[in-house]
Amino acid sequence: MNIDFKNGKELLELCRSKNCRISDVMLLRECTLTEQPERNIRKRMQTAWQIMEESALMPLTEPRKSIGGLIGGEAKLLNQQLQAGKNICGSVVSRGILHAMAVLEVNTSMGLIVAAPTAGSSGIVPGVFLALKEEYGFSEDTVLDAMFNAGAIGYLAMRNATVAGAVGGCQAEVGVASAMAASAAVELMGGTPKQCLSAASTVLMNMLGLVCDPVGGLVEYPCQMRNASGVANALIAAELALAGVPQLIPFDEMLATMYAVGRKLPGELRETAMGGCAVTPTGCKYSVCGSCG
Amino acid sequence: MAFISVFDVLGPNMIGPSSSHTAGADSLAFLAQKMINGPLKKAEFTLYGSFAKTYRGHGTDRALLGGIMGFTTEDKRIPDSFEIARKRGLEFSFTANETEEVSHPNTVDIAMTNQAGQTMTIRGESLGGGKIRIIRINQVDVDFTGEYSAVIVIHKDTPGVVAHITHCLASVNINIAFMKLFREEKGQTAYSIVESDDALPDSVEELIRQNPSVHDVMLVRL
Repeated sequence: MNIDFKNGKELLELCRSKNCRISDVMLLRECTLTEQPERNIRKRMQTAWQIMEESALMPLTEPRKSIGGLIGGEAKLLNQQLQAGKNICGSVVSRGILHAMAVLEVNTSMGLIVAAPTAGSSGIVPGVFLALKEEYGFSEDTVLDAMFNAGAIGYLAMRNATVAGAVGGCQAEVGVASAMAASAAVELMGGTPKQCLSAASTVLMNMLGLVCDPVGGLVEYPCQMRNASGVANALIAAELALAGVPQLIPFDEMLATMYAVGRKLPGELRETAMGGCAVTPTGCKYSVCGSCG
Repeated sequence: MAFISVFDVLGPNMIGPSSSHTAGADSLAFLAQKMINGPLKKAEFTLYGSFAKTYRGHGTDRALLGGIMGFTTEDKRIPDSFEIARKRGLEFSFTANETEEVSHPNTVDIAMTNQAGQTMTIRGESLGGGKIRIIRINQVDVDFTGEYSAVIVIHKDTPGVVAHITHCLASVNINIAFMKLFREEKGQTAYSIVESDDALPDSVEELIRQNPSVHDVMLVRL
């Protein structure tokens, strides 16, 4: 069977026939199609993870103000609440959202991040991964494996739908990032490949229709808070899948419908800053593009 | 369909905040400076569409200036590129053109002058997710992404030049991945862009220059 799987169905067949995880198939695909040895690919992934980890941690102690001026300092506030034992979400979710918001602080202040799959949604994968690593003590190798699982979901979204907010709205950015994190979280916690895709499908379903409406046209607000909600959505979907709750609609169908819904969104709600939060009276105060008339 | 790597999904590693307005801008300028010889004396940027409207809040200007100085998308010097350019004595300017209609919302013209006084202007588009393409070199419409090693040959639009170029490449055992030919008008200046899977040796530039109809040759290495 061709290692260059084209959809979730083929991915699951490969996992079954090789008796391996989604991450193993994705790593094998990368090695095969790039003709690179596994150690080079893993080394590159390690670099990406190290950047993710640094960007998810640094603002806890060194708050950063965004260049557009809309956000800054959120991770420190959340961390203070967590350290005081006053968080209400439970350890994993609370850690996940604070790390995700930290990455967006770094991103919006011209710091170094890894687009995952985009810069505007770059907090979710590191947020979920780091929260699970801190909670369960996973080794870096285990985390790196799971990154390939997340990569497999993102690849299918790029191949068969879109990850651009301008094309599919926020559901294509934060939605896909959250689906990637959900699938990887299931694998990290010992779930099956089928459960991984169920979790990814659940996320896309729960975030279906989410619009992209950046205030002032900047990747700051509501992006940063939506990254936090993407973390929670990923963990909810992973929890459902791991418990064995069935997902009615397969991942491939859910991805196709996400893409179809995205294309039906009016242009005003696809990254043009001409609708949604961007054109509220308060949002308009930050307009630079004259779209608020 | 083009290959999508796991690092296209988990990547690029980049200075924020936007893959199209920051990383893509850096990559466009980075590619542009590889297309002209030697260190630059001056770089003038004209921004169109969404670039013109939102470039400050996305650090597009700092990323373009960083790219033109050879900083990659993950170079932590990008936020300080204005200061670094001034120290290096690089002249630069940014102009927002909000009136001219362009085909892609994230478009920039980069006019470069090197220390030897040679000039080149390119027009580039940032397509999203850090992907880019150059659509104009000087006055000629082209299509060039910089994803492969490339030879760009500026030559007279006359019989035999393309055969000469491919012969030169074959003689040093270079496999051609893609080849495109663009021209101003019949008999005038033409651009041949040859993209290759292999690394390009310096000798290939000298070989191609031997044809009298060839005006200039640029090697763009990865």
